[in-house]
Amino acid sequence: MFARTVFCLFVFRFSPVTIRLKSIKNIQKITKSMKMVAAAKYSRAERSLKPARVYGTGAMALYEKAEIKAPEDKNKHLIIGVSSDRGLCGAIHSSVAKAMKNEIAKLLGAGKEVMIVNVGDKLRGLLYRTHGQHILINCKEVGRKPPTFTDASIIATELLDSGYEFDQGSILFNRFRSVISYKTDEKPLFSLDTVANSENMGIYDDIDADVLRNYQEFALVNIIYFGMKESTTSEQSARMTAMDSASKNASEMIDKLTLTFNRTRQAVITKELIEIISGAAAL
Amino acid sequence: VMAARFLLRRAVPALRHARCYADAPAAQMSFTFASPTQVFFKEASVKQIDVPTLTGAFGILPAHVPTLQVLRPGIVTVFGDDGSSTKYFVSSGSVTVNADSSVQLLAEEAVPLDSLDLATAKANLEKAQSELVGVSDEAARAEVLISVEANEAIVKALE
Repeated sequence: MFARTVFCLFVFRFSPVTIRLKSIKNIQKITKSMKMVAAAKYSRAERSLKPARVYGTGAMALYEKAEIKAPEDKNKHLIIGVSSDRGLCGAIHSSVAKAMKNEIAKLLGAGKEVMIVNVGDKLRGLLYRTHGQHILINCKEVGRKPPTFTDASIIATELLDSGYEFDQGSILFNRFRSVISYKTDEKPLFSLDTVANSENMGIYDDIDADVLRNYQEFALVNIIYFGMKESTTSEQSARMTAMDSASKNASEMIDKLTLTFNRTRQAVITKELIEIISGAAAL
Repeated sequence: VMAARFLLRRAVPALRHARCYADAPAAQMSFTFASPTQVFFKEASVKQIDVPTLTGAFGILPAHVPTLQVLRPGIVTVFGDDGSSTKYFVSSGSVTVNADSSVQLLAEEAVPLDSLDLATAKANLEKAQSELVGVSDEAARAEVLISVEANEAIVKALE
């Protein structure tokens, strides 16, 4: 008789409710730890973002102060999308991909030629099916470690070596605003010809073609570096938020399931007792 | 009459000088000096900056003519408004002087000069020079040449 009670409770212990409860508790542990890892990475990224921002705005100062604008009739465009390889960070990748798709549609509608550079495997996954023929370069292994200037220079070297002579371009990345918010932003890239022929460049003294080319290549790396730094910080803060809400949702489910579990447990025990009592009464 | 003409001629250049500088206020320089990982000056007001560029070293004062230059390994000296000067060693980068007297000095790597060690620099220089003898591949040769140039500049800066 007791054996049967024990058997019932044994079966009960592996009922769907208990299995589900155990798995959700494990998931909650994982999301909690992911949140803490993301928080640590976020604070490190935010600290290194401060000098990178000064550096990046300094690099773009020339284009803003000289008011360099690309001429409207140029055809070859380049879009660099900056994201990363890893998911579970909210709308980070999809917002950049959406902005890139809009930009491509607009440019193709105006009859321009567009090529894109994907920094981050997730972007490749989102774009290769519909815009595969526009992809120039894909970058992997982005996001595991904090981006360095060397990474940006590798990307820029690949771009310059690819042979695609773009007339103008833009870099799309998630600009970090605060722990809970980021915004998909766009910064312009100018080609050597655009800068050299821009009207305000005449006031800059003593520039020969070689110096300007070196300067432009360095500026390209700087802008890519700036985009990558902002993107990482946004991504880590978004992952922190996403994992936090996942842990909260898991807690809610655990509470509900625990109530169900207790109710079921009490029901089983009650049933056992009733059977025992009614059996004893029958004897 | 001759004397009067002499006086007139002598006076004119002086007048021209006075007219030039009479109403041009010295523009304040907004100086930003940063590397990808560190900011040394952000929109600061300084008196003069000496930079080493590919076309030679030159000093930048407020109201310098706008220019773009690319840096070579060497020392950057910043003269503050109070007369003090600090030296940094930069590896490479770019300098932009805009029309509104703002200067952006972006260095790929920059360190204060006193954090460099002369003995280590000399050892690196010797190693780079010995590598130069044995290397044959174009790209590797360019890298070693860059290493030699940078180390030579460090040693020269520290001596």
